[in-house]
Amino acid sequence: MSRPQSLTGKPVFPYRVMERILLTGAGGLAVGSLLLQGQILSGLGMALVSLLAFRVLTRSRLMAALLVGGVSTVVAWSLISQVDQPEMVSAGFWCQVVAAWLLAWACVEQLSSIHTLSSLYRSILGVIIPVLFGVWLLILWELLTRGLDVPQVLLPSPSQIGERLMNSTSILWADFKQTFLKAVLIGYAVGCGAGFVVAVLIDRSPFLQRGLLPIGNLVSALPIVGVAPIMVMWFGFDWPSKAAVVIIMTFFPMLVNTVAGLAAAQPMQHDLMKTYAASYWQSLFKLRIPEALPFLFNALKINSTLAMIGAIVAEFFGTPTVGMGFRISTEVGRMNVDMVWAEIAVAALAGSMFYGLIALLERMFTFWHPSVRS
Amino acid sequence: MGSRVGTALFPVTVVTLAIILLWYVGAASLNLAWEKSVAGRAGTTPSFISMVQNTMHQERPVLPAPHQVVSEIIDTTFKKKITSKRSLVYHAGITLSSSMLGFAMGTLLGILLAVAIVYNEALNKSLLPWIIASQTIPILAIAPMIIVVLNAVGVQGLLPKAFISMYLSFFPVAVGMVKGLNSPDSSYLDLMRTYNASSLQTFFKLRLPTSLPYLFTSMKIAVAISLVGAIVAELPTGAVAGLGARLLAGSYYGQTVQIWSALVVASILAATLVVLIGWLGDWVNRRMGLVRG
Repeated sequence: MSRPQSLTGKPVFPYRVMERILLTGAGGLAVGSLLLQGQILSGLGMALVSLLAFRVLTRSRLMAALLVGGVSTVVAWSLISQVDQPEMVSAGFWCQVVAAWLLAWACVEQLSSIHTLSSLYRSILGVIIPVLFGVWLLILWELLTRGLDVPQVLLPSPSQIGERLMNSTSILWADFKQTFLKAVLIGYAVGCGAGFVVAVLIDRSPFLQRGLLPIGNLVSALPIVGVAPIMVMWFGFDWPSKAAVVIIMTFFPMLVNTVAGLAAAQPMQHDLMKTYAASYWQSLFKLRIPEALPFLFNALKINSTLAMIGAIVAEFFGTPTVGMGFRISTEVGRMNVDMVWAEIAVAALAGSMFYGLIALLERMFTFWHPSVRS
Repeated sequence: MGSRVGTALFPVTVVTLAIILLWYVGAASLNLAWEKSVAGRAGTTPSFISMVQNTMHQERPVLPAPHQVVSEIIDTTFKKKITSKRSLVYHAGITLSSSMLGFAMGTLLGILLAVAIVYNEALNKSLLPWIIASQTIPILAIAPMIIVVLNAVGVQGLLPKAFISMYLSFFPVAVGMVKGLNSPDSSYLDLMRTYNASSLQTFFKLRLPTSLPYLFTSMKIAVAISLVGAIVAELPTGAVAGLGARLLAGSYYGQTVQIWSALVVASILAATLVVLIGWLGDWVNRRMGLVRG
């Protein structure tokens, strides 16, 4: 009896465990529905469907995943609709919550064990699987906060946060404009640009490279966020001081990465450029900068999150009455925690989009690099 | 290795000296405006040289001169009792303890997540994208939340700050460990299979040892940002102790020398931690025979 193992030697998820998850989920549904009066028939029916999925499991993973996923979604929907009735929240309720989570997990397991050669399907699966996971985290969050009556001050439910998000778009937009569109973007552009220019300037001096690089590496590891109070003193309360913090934070990673990237071209390639009688600038723009692009994008990606952190931290040291960091610190003080979470959601969304945009540009510009091609 | 350190030493020293010189020039030029206004109010016209000399000893300079920061650090580290509230050692100790606790928790969490991700394809596909997305959330957005929430359930002091350090430091460890645990050559994995090794044996005898160099590289990044996390976590709580609290208090009362000395101490602390982890990693690599000498 051999364990299933893939060719690369990476352990494949054993089917026995998979079956156990499914059976436990279906069993949990059945038990939960027996405990929850009035739900017996539908619950048992769903348990039956889950078991049916178990039968087709080995034949079509997609079918099984769709069946199991559908059942868990219906269960979750019915659970959310009844979570506010105190008499419904009982042992049977929590049984069904756990069962639905297990079924959803079985669905994710099924989907991720699908191996397809089509790159389109692969990328669709690559989006669907994490999204399913995230949606289920939200569902669990909603059920737990409402089912356990968690006070809103402690942890608001996703629906409350969503409601607040919809109701205060104007405030959120003003904060977003102040923090992201002004401080983060300007600081990011200037910081990364300056890091790049300085790196090209010191590129011609090996002495400066040897002297500046260790210091640049050291500075990137230091808590530069701490300069925020100084920048606020120098540049005032408005966004320029935040942009200054962002510039300082993003400068050194860009400098270090650019210098490393400019050294990445092979001696053979340099020799080729020399046989073409290429000037310094020609070989810089046609060989070394393209060769440095993976390093540049690495710095740009690191900096995209650093910039957000820098701008928001700087707002804790004084700010006009607008901005994401300002809103977060004041609304926490006023116990409007749902507003804080709305602000966090905006920040997370903006940060992810920013990061995603740079990752997309990276794919476009470094299409030739092995890490993108494979 | 020795010769490389030798060739780097001279340029690094020169650049460091140049930075200190620039700092003095910056301090003089930035602080000159204040001296001019003092002289203007007093109705005197001191010589340029004496004004520049005065810029080096202002009580609340725009940019303190390096020797002012150094004397403040010496004053607050060696001449105060360690338990005194005015001692920087006391504040650094508080920040260090919460960042070390957070670093330890973050490293552990990162390793556990990496093991789970490597051994379960579904987690790899569903959890890894969210781990990456979690880092695009500015931690500061969550810091006040975590502290308020934990405060409400009665958790105060070290732990909330450590959680923020953990949140920042688990990410590089998790990503590095996933890479490290997947790094053994497939021929080694085949060899383990011919030995009929169980998956536990493969893990402890092959995957874990091969991942250690990756782990230490990640830990160097993680230890530096866990310190940032601890400092930053002290800001929104209105903490009264710790390097972050020193920064905040300094900014409230315009004590620039205090801010700069806290910053320099934080930097020294971060650099020391990174070097220590680097040594530990070198030692482990040597013991495993990965590096000769």
